[in-house]
Amino acid sequence: MMHRPQNDEATTQTPMIAIDNVRKHFTVGNPLMAAMRGSPTVVKAVDGVKFSLKKGESVGLLGESGCGKTTMGRLLLKLEEATEGRILFDGDDLAECRGEDLKRYRTQAQMIFQNPFDALNPRFTIAQSLAEPLNNIGMAKAEQANAIQKAMELVHLPNPEQFLDRFPHQMSGGQLQRVVMARALILEPSFVVADEPVSMLDVSVRAGILNLFREVRENLGLTAIYISHDLALVRYVCERTIVMYLGCIVEDGPTEDIVREPMHPYTKALVAAVPVPHPDQSHETLPIKAGAPDARNPPSGCRLRDRCPHAFARCATEEPKATSVGNRKVHCHLFDQ
Amino acid sequence: MSNDILRVTGLKISYAVGDSKVRAVDDATFSIPAGSIVGLVGESGCGKTTVARGLTRVMAKSASIDGGEALFDGHDLLGMSEPQINQLRWREIAFIPQSAMNSLDPVYRIEKQLNEVLLQRGGYNRRQARQRTEELFDMVGIDPQRLRDFPHQFSGGMRQRVAIALALALNPKLIIADEPVTALDVIVQRQILDTLKELQEKLGISVILVTHDISVVAYVCDRIVVMYAGRVVESGDTETVLTAPYHPYTMGLYNAFPDLQSSEGLLTPIEGHPPDLRSPPPGCRFAPRCPFAQGRCSERGEVPLVDVGHGHMSACLRYGEAASLRTDASKAETWAAMA
Amino acid sequence: MHSDIAGETRAEPGFVGRFLARIHLPLDDPFAVVGLIIYAIFIAMAIFADQLATHDPLEILFTSDYQLAADRRPGQDGFILGTTSLGRDIYSQLIYGSRSALLIGITAAFMVAVIGTVVGLLAGYFRGWIDIVLMRAADIAFGIPFLPFVIVLSAFLEPSIWNVVFAMAMILWRDTGRVIRSQVLTLRTRAYIDAARVAGSSDLKIVFRHIAPNILPLSFLYGTIAIGWAILTEAAISFLGFGDPETISWGYMLQDAYASQALSTGGYYWFVPPGICIVLVVVAGFFISRGYEEILFPKLKE
Repeated sequence: MMHRPQNDEATTQTPMIAIDNVRKHFTVGNPLMAAMRGSPTVVKAVDGVKFSLKKGESVGLLGESGCGKTTMGRLLLKLEEATEGRILFDGDDLAECRGEDLKRYRTQAQMIFQNPFDALNPRFTIAQSLAEPLNNIGMAKAEQANAIQKAMELVHLPNPEQFLDRFPHQMSGGQLQRVVMARALILEPSFVVADEPVSMLDVSVRAGILNLFREVRENLGLTAIYISHDLALVRYVCERTIVMYLGCIVEDGPTEDIVREPMHPYTKALVAAVPVPHPDQSHETLPIKAGAPDARNPPSGCRLRDRCPHAFARCATEEPKATSVGNRKVHCHLFDQ
Repeated sequence: MSNDILRVTGLKISYAVGDSKVRAVDDATFSIPAGSIVGLVGESGCGKTTVARGLTRVMAKSASIDGGEALFDGHDLLGMSEPQINQLRWREIAFIPQSAMNSLDPVYRIEKQLNEVLLQRGGYNRRQARQRTEELFDMVGIDPQRLRDFPHQFSGGMRQRVAIALALALNPKLIIADEPVTALDVIVQRQILDTLKELQEKLGISVILVTHDISVVAYVCDRIVVMYAGRVVESGDTETVLTAPYHPYTMGLYNAFPDLQSSEGLLTPIEGHPPDLRSPPPGCRFAPRCPFAQGRCSERGEVPLVDVGHGHMSACLRYGEAASLRTDASKAETWAAMA
Repeated sequence: MHSDIAGETRAEPGFVGRFLARIHLPLDDPFAVVGLIIYAIFIAMAIFADQLATHDPLEILFTSDYQLAADRRPGQDGFILGTTSLGRDIYSQLIYGSRSALLIGITAAFMVAVIGTVVGLLAGYFRGWIDIVLMRAADIAFGIPFLPFVIVLSAFLEPSIWNVVFAMAMILWRDTGRVIRSQVLTLRTRAYIDAARVAGSSDLKIVFRHIAPNILPLSFLYGTIAIGWAILTEAAISFLGFGDPETISWGYMLQDAYASQALSTGGYYWFVPPGICIVLVVVAGFFISRGYEEILFPKLKE
């Protein structure tokens, strides 16, 4: 049960962010055509997700494309509205966050985007892009230079002055991603969602961005969500990992435990599939069948059941609920008998 | 040496940009042993895709081959006329471009697209073609029932399998695949790589796998060719190159990769960025980012590829000190000093 | 002081300069440059019409011996292009005709571009019911036959050149609106639009700061096309006799020539010049729009 804080004592108990049974359904294509073809038009991108984040926690949202991780991130930043369920930020329902409240929320919650080449307006100079959030909170021009300077230092761009008058196309991917991070941090937010921030970058600069993310998160005490399909990256920046499959959570627990001993059959496959950069590695066949099912028409019961080697009768009829196993939550009938 | 299916020596390819020429591949030398998978790795702009396209001569209009030799079965691919190379394409060398899975024609059934290759290029008749398409689908792990489907009815991984089936259609000896698993999720990526490896072993063909991901190379490739700024900096047996690299760039690349198996260690970036190929630095192109660079590294003239043992080639002047460099390269401070 | 002023102008190119930079005059394309030169000539003609014209275009002229100066050939009695059968100076009519042509063309183009752009921006950015309402309105506009609509409108209202402008504004925004909407639909999926929202920018700010600058060349493309359309429409309306008899336009001149049977009497000097002017202005408009197309869709060059 989620509740609003009653007194100061309760505040420490209340999670910073609580996601309560959130669903986001998209209508795709033409409903008339779909009705004639007999295929459903609703994609359940996020379908009954429930978790909460403590202040200062960093959580990895892990899953394959189409699992709903990016949609979940967009819901948290109010770039999308939930179809059902509630998202509470510091106890306040995001659905009711409008006008001045929304303005305040925009200073609290920020996003680091996947593609740094697209996240900055190509017609704006770096200085203009960095000034935009400052203008939005009505900061005086005189103070802006100072704030921009501070943000650029935070992301370790050497001699920031040389970049301020450049346009995005005059910078490298690594530099741009640092600017994107500077822009996200310039309003001193308490919560940051990073959506695959290194997937568009070259390998040699990835490590720099990941290290920077770790550093600012620790130094500024940020609560963070790191969205990725790569467990190795999530492990590098997050203590806790939530694994998603077709809009639902399948496993939620400390990252190290999940890496060392995955429980859910899907997580097992995911861990086994991550390639490592040295030759002595397992070449065993994955414990899961090929082919992701149609997101518009997921199987009944457990969504993994037609790919899962352990599936039994109950998996087809009953959707698995979260089962606590130690400090982990697993959504699988193998664990709730 | 004689069992190399492809030997590339001194390959030079440049692009015309405005009035000037940019040498995207400069003196690339490597060989592909018959019946092996070779990974061509490097960051974006290092020239790996240009090499792949140059070998099949499927190049942009602005690109030109300025020199070198690519001996395939004793014939120089670079010196061939367009009709000659056309004879080889698909029958001997098949190319899977990076966006192959997205370039299937959406208005035709998969069967028709496969048939087109078999009937028009392969000289199959209708009955043989039907048998062959089913065989191909079986090989790449798709139910032949789905031959009559349209591309949009397949997932990304399935379409990549179709692309592989297309490449295999006429029994080539060599497949060149440009980033075949880049856009795919890890599970699908693993399954595609498994299929590729299995087919390569079963059919005894050779594969050049162009990728930016050394863990993909580590998983599936017998040999590795590392490129940096248009040059081959290191090549050799995957296991030896990755466990005992001789070139600082390979060492740096390895450090920058997260490893799920090792216990938690800090990742180390390579500071700086690759040089602008319009005016590459003299000498070793990695020198400006290399923590081990000395004065002589930046002197004029190319750093030659040297055999450091058993066909392991490295283009580093300090190859003699590789063991001590490796120790230093594993420390984060070494690389941080370049910031 | 000098250096101060120079420094200031360098830092801030001023509104006109910024605007010109925004709309990207298509100066790379030789055809577009020819179009721009033709426009420049006609604009100069319209501005300096009072100085260039030798007579009042509607005045019935007489020769020095008090004869009606009707049907004079070009050059005869000092009339550069001759006179009409009512004794009016064709050259002066032609000069003044550029005024109404450009007035109609530019105001109509402006209305079409502005309405279409605003509709496209709102529909494309906000989607939902705004999109539905505006796009159904566009569908209705698509269903109205243009020329008959202008004729009916002229019949209802006083005959005036503004009818054409009004009718164009009422109907021709549909193409611009549709195209700009689709462009906005792609632009709004760009990450920097999301980034602006997360940075706390209001919808209006996003639309005008981040999206509008990208579609301005598209608005101008449709604007230049609309200039040609407006002038052609006005000519057609005047030729059909629904024009304003008090305003000289090239269409009016054609109608006058036709009604006076200049075609059968060989009065080519009467109907050819306005015809050429109409063709020139319209073609110039299309040349410029071609230049914009190449800016917008560089692949067309290949």
